[in-house]
Amino acid sequence: MLPLESLALGTIDALTALLMLAVDLLPENLAAPFEYRFMQRALLTSVLVGAICGLLSCYVVLKRWSLLGDAISHAVLPGVAIAYLLGWPFFIGAFITGALTSLGIGAIERHTRIKSDAAMGLMFTAAFALGIVIISKIATSTHLLHILFGNVLGVKDSALILTLLASVVTLLAIWLAYRPLLLYTFDPQQAQALGFNTGAIHYGLILLLTLTIVASLETVGIILVVAMLITPGATAHLLTDRFPRMLAISVGVGVTSAVVGLVLSVKLDVASGGAIVLVASALFLVALLAAPKHGLVARHWRRWRLNQTSQT
Amino acid sequence: MTETVPALQARRLCAAYHQQPVLEDITLSLPQGQWTAIVGPNGAGKSSLLNLVIGSLAPLRGELRVLGESPAAQRRAGNIAYMAQQENMEWDFPISVRDTVLTGRYGLMRHDPLWRRLAPRHWADPSHRQAVEAALDAVDMADYAMRPIGELSGGQKKRVMLARALAQQARILLLDEPLAGVDPPSEALILDTLERERRAGRTVIMVTHDMPSARVHADNVLLINRTLVGMGAPDEMLSDAMLARLAVGDRGALSGGERVAA
Repeated sequence: MLPLESLALGTIDALTALLMLAVDLLPENLAAPFEYRFMQRALLTSVLVGAICGLLSCYVVLKRWSLLGDAISHAVLPGVAIAYLLGWPFFIGAFITGALTSLGIGAIERHTRIKSDAAMGLMFTAAFALGIVIISKIATSTHLLHILFGNVLGVKDSALILTLLASVVTLLAIWLAYRPLLLYTFDPQQAQALGFNTGAIHYGLILLLTLTIVASLETVGIILVVAMLITPGATAHLLTDRFPRMLAISVGVGVTSAVVGLVLSVKLDVASGGAIVLVASALFLVALLAAPKHGLVARHWRRWRLNQTSQT
Repeated sequence: MTETVPALQARRLCAAYHQQPVLEDITLSLPQGQWTAIVGPNGAGKSSLLNLVIGSLAPLRGELRVLGESPAAQRRAGNIAYMAQQENMEWDFPISVRDTVLTGRYGLMRHDPLWRRLAPRHWADPSHRQAVEAALDAVDMADYAMRPIGELSGGQKKRVMLARALAQQARILLLDEPLAGVDPPSEALILDTLERERRAGRTVIMVTHDMPSARVHADNVLLINRTLVGMGAPDEMLSDAMLARLAVGDRGALSGGERVAA
């Protein structure tokens, strides 16, 4: 065994042990399923995926990259299929086609008169179609279903190591490049004027996004991963006017929905990806209604108060 | 000597957006420590000239030097502060007024020691905080420091964006329409602030539609309508005859090689 792999497995065991400390605080009937090793791995994967999706989703929401996230996640499919054909680990193929597609989108946008939304729709449906065609030729439909909709309960060691690696890389990148990323998201022109390499920041952020999507495939699947890249950030945006707080809230929403969704999917025996996304959507709905400043209730209350005072 | 190096120097500079020429054959030289107003009709390439300096537009041909070096080198050195027209800014961004001004220091923070760059912002070098507070005071926005940027009025936003440029304490201030859509008190405050910066030895280069303020405050006026129509003292350049020539974009007005502002 490679030293790196044993290090990763050791880290996974340590993190699992930490999580189990928290699980032990739960009531008996909720904690019971987590006695199984596959449930512990599913829990750890969900927490990691919820956290990095939460981080990235702030940038996706503020930069209006929702469609780009959708495009990259769909474009991952042919990569998975080709990797399967060649006997490679699926994430290598996924990462390559995801990254190639985002480069292709950028190239079409820059060098032709086609607008960005059309470029994205065009590229990702083409890639997705290619993936469907290859998979229909080589694999069973259960296999396809697992890729499309995730299969967190069947997470293998290799996939968990990838998720861990992706989490470490994402966390480090956002920590080390916090200011350039913030400035590029807020005001790219200013970033340019201050001498930052905006091209490198742009493609770096796209690569991080691709990495996060690939790491989330097993948990929520290709179709629903984009929800985890939009909903936590959108929820957090309703709740705060400070970027660091938005990151923290978004991570909280991501992790909460991943864990609660996982537990619900086991208890109710429903698809884990769908359960996770529904919990996230429910959290968004609550924020939309009840957020202290930007929520609908607060807005209507303020308008009503304004009317009252202007009448008297 | 640094004093003799022009702040901005262009030789036969051409630029295009999507194959459409926006600037043709611009040759000019702006000395340091002066206030220059760039005047011209809409779409005449005024903003493009600034975009060439901040690097969001690449020159097609010709040469551009900032303080005798390439614009990229001067951007990295933190010598160029830029205030955009802010038409497509995302004002919903979750950031306070103070943190917005602090982003003006982000370029300089790259030169801080590594541990300060990676630590939370309370551990940042005190010079950054001081510059931010001074800039907020200068535009009279200190009382709004904790407010989200999106809650401010148009004039207040402009003042905050000016504060961000000031906080950089750069040698050159580039301003794209700093007075557009601004209430009269904010306009007076912005002009006063720029006057103070110029007296402190900084170079102010401002794109403007506001002729009265250019007449009163600028040392030089650049008339641009795709080509350089004229360059000189405000009284001379903003005469009716010159402005009429600017409107039609007269090429012949300045064909005699390089003109250096007095």
